[in-house]
Amino acid sequence: MGRITLDKVTKSFGQTQVIPPLDLTIEDGEFTVFVGPSGCGKSTLLRLIAGLEDTTSGHIRIDGEDATRLPPAKRRLAMVFQSYALYPHMSVRKNIAFPLRMAKLPQAEIDAKVDAAAAVLNLGDYIDRRPGQLSGGQRQRVAIGRAIVREPAAFLFDEPLSNLDAALRVGMRLEISELHKRLETTMVYVTHDQVEAMTMADRIVVLRAGFIEQVGTPLELYHTPRNVFVAGFIGSPTMNLITGAEAAKHNAHTIGVRPEHIEVSETEGEWHGVIGVSEHLGSDTFFHIHETGLAETITVRAGGEVGFRYGDNVRLTPRSDIIHRFDKAGLRIP
Amino acid sequence: MARSVTTQRKAINTFFAWAIGLLIFFPILWTVLTSFKTEATAIADPPVFLFFDWTLENYAVVQERSNYARFLWNSIIIAGGSTILGIIIAVPAAWSMAFVPSRRTKDILLWMLSTKMLPAVGVLYPIYLIFIKMGLLDTRLGLTIVIMLINLPIIVWMLYTYFREIPGEILEAARMDGATLKSEILYVLTPMALPGIASTLLLNVILAWNEAFWTLNLTAAKAAPLTAFIASYSSPEGLFYAKLSAASTMAIAPILIMGWFSQKQLVRGLTFGAVK
Repeated sequence: MGRITLDKVTKSFGQTQVIPPLDLTIEDGEFTVFVGPSGCGKSTLLRLIAGLEDTTSGHIRIDGEDATRLPPAKRRLAMVFQSYALYPHMSVRKNIAFPLRMAKLPQAEIDAKVDAAAAVLNLGDYIDRRPGQLSGGQRQRVAIGRAIVREPAAFLFDEPLSNLDAALRVGMRLEISELHKRLETTMVYVTHDQVEAMTMADRIVVLRAGFIEQVGTPLELYHTPRNVFVAGFIGSPTMNLITGAEAAKHNAHTIGVRPEHIEVSETEGEWHGVIGVSEHLGSDTFFHIHETGLAETITVRAGGEVGFRYGDNVRLTPRSDIIHRFDKAGLRIP
Repeated sequence: MARSVTTQRKAINTFFAWAIGLLIFFPILWTVLTSFKTEATAIADPPVFLFFDWTLENYAVVQERSNYARFLWNSIIIAGGSTILGIIIAVPAAWSMAFVPSRRTKDILLWMLSTKMLPAVGVLYPIYLIFIKMGLLDTRLGLTIVIMLINLPIIVWMLYTYFREIPGEILEAARMDGATLKSEILYVLTPMALPGIASTLLLNVILAWNEAFWTLNLTAAKAAPLTAFIASYSSPEGLFYAKLSAASTMAIAPILIMGWFSQKQLVRGLTFGAVK
């Protein structure tokens, strides 16, 4: 079991309040991702749940039990750190066994559990090496191994993939998702990378300056962002936000159109512009279009075979059924 | 651009390094040489350097006149004991200063260091009285405590510097893994800081071994370490340079040998964190 409830939790460092009163429930078995720009308080929130920081006020409950004043060790949570935080003076085996040794389990049981975890994570070949002799990806696996042996109520991940190179990151992303499917344990995952959030999460919590901007499934956030911030943060490339006369036509202060919801053609379309930089990804091409009179740049996602050149005059057609409308305060107009 | 070092420049540097090294080492060498001379050759004018009749007579006399082993044993107990006691007290102190600093941590560190700037004789009187009252005068326990306290600021400072190099996330990981504060310090922090702790240990054994002010003032016969052993040979009855040198050589030999074998560790520990 691992249901985590935050009840009016706040956190201040000195005079600065980094987490204003915040309510959130993370359901048992759910993969929840905290996402937001750096400094939004997502790591602080995770550390509050872990018990590595004390709450200034409010309550944290784990499976209904008040854990607000419990030390980290007593919360039955396991954490994977950005820097992996492996014990450099211990072998992989000893690293993974450490939490079990702290729990004073019999040696035979420790060995069995470590072997099982090593098998799950393919750590067998380097079980007797020290962390210094491992690659980044291997170290991350050891850190995960150390977390799973304890059979915690929930796993906490603090940007675990940001020190890995791009290819490895995609691989580890899948591994963590698969681990979640297999263990069905609650996971709370912090990242600033919205792609990680979208691909891994059951539910995403978008944070800004300590405030929860929106909570929802990845597709809810994509299709119905609650405000301009979420609209701009979720989705890659980011949504085009247009204000002024064009927005007024839709009875809105701001309208948002995703790059993939704009058609680009040589001759037809209600908007016009000049091609700036094109980014060719093979499967897709991103055009950055200027001189539209709508915004400084309009980004368009087109097929990989669409070939416009720098300086070409083009016409654009937004899909009128998927235009997001926001009022002056930035909130979504239904 | 890498700075180019010419062979000539290297040679000059090497020459000066050796010159300064020998200059510093010379008094020790002279003491050792003198210990093998007769009293007459020891005060010969002009002094003789290497070509004299080598004799072990002084060592025999010193051995006969005083119980070297007892002084040595006292030195070992006092230097070793004060260092171990100091480490036990300083590790938790440095831990809290390095990992849970308060707004006053820097001030406390500086204040501790400032006590080292106080002339020791300034507190001799009160400490002497305390020692009399507590029956600590001329006891190994008393000296161990005083010397530990004298060196404690240095131990805390050194450990603090080493601990600061250890990433806090690793200690947090230990906390998440269920380690109590004791286990965290014992199984994670201490092994990781071992090079630093080892050099702190070595340096403090040396400092405690050589400490003369307190050992001379607070001991008489029972607890006197090797510093008192040397002092007992600089007698007012006459100048016995050769015997004094023999006693000095015997007193510094153990620490000199220890320093020689641990110099690599010492240098590594002292430059820890400076070079990454």
